[in-house]
Amino acid sequence: MRIGVTVFPGSNCDRDALYGVERMGAEAVELWHADADLKGVDAVIVPGGFSYGDYLRPGAIARFANVMGPLEEFARDGGPVLGVCNGFQVLTEAHLLPGALLRNTNMRFVCDRVRVRVETVDTLWTAGCDPGEELTLPVAHNEGNYFADPETLSRLEEEGRVVLRYLENPNGSANDIAGVCNEGRNVVGIMPHPERVSDPALGSDEGLRILRSVLVGAGV
Amino acid sequence: MKIRVLVRPKAGILDPQGEAVKNALPALGFEGVHTVHVGRLVEMEVERSDEVDAMCRRLLSNPTIEEYEWEVIG
Repeated sequence: MRIGVTVFPGSNCDRDALYGVERMGAEAVELWHADADLKGVDAVIVPGGFSYGDYLRPGAIARFANVMGPLEEFARDGGPVLGVCNGFQVLTEAHLLPGALLRNTNMRFVCDRVRVRVETVDTLWTAGCDPGEELTLPVAHNEGNYFADPETLSRLEEEGRVVLRYLENPNGSANDIAGVCNEGRNVVGIMPHPERVSDPALGSDEGLRILRSVLVGAGV
Repeated sequence: MKIRVLVRPKAGILDPQGEAVKNALPALGFEGVHTVHVGRLVEMEVERSDEVDAMCRRLLSNPTIEEYEWEVIG
């Protein structure tokens, strides 16, 4: 399997994501923001960071980068796409995922490890997890406070589209939501960073539970 | 022509920035501040104004969480 990682000006978790992809046993491919080309990859990770300096709003400008055209088409055709942190923000700005990420309620940048529960294994990025499995994953963000209007929130809950939920909410997000998926369940956005815990040398490789799921989810 | 766009959090949406400013003002001795909302001001020089709405909807604001208004200022 070949997995692409988008690289925007200001991305800073792209190297970790590329490394995580290698650790999960797939081929890692860099996807440059200025190239409207996914290079034939089988899945895409939109990594964390501060694309375009978070100018205007996190993800607002990255969402119109050249690479996003083919990425949106790929996502709408059912291709597996994972947005992590700033990548999650980019995917909401691109309307590939519902809702938005607001400032953390306490106005503090949160950099910590948090416990999350896998709420559904019926997505391409959690298919290899156990139902209700709990993971400890790093978070590092200023805008991780998930918001959606009440109708959207109830729909997400009813349709089982909350993917990860915080056991202790670090940012004020609605319903303790740490990650959601689209209707097709192929596009997933999460605030925690699985790619930062992809090797025991980094303290843990629990992140591979998420990353490796795409091998199961995509039937490879 | 010069355009001024004002983007602010939609009514009812939590505004942590506004809350932080509201809580900071009494610390400086300013009393009686009940609400503060922090938005964003964008000033542009454009050739025509018929696309300003589209600019606001597609990029300058996020309609999920923000509302906007704009005016010609010169």
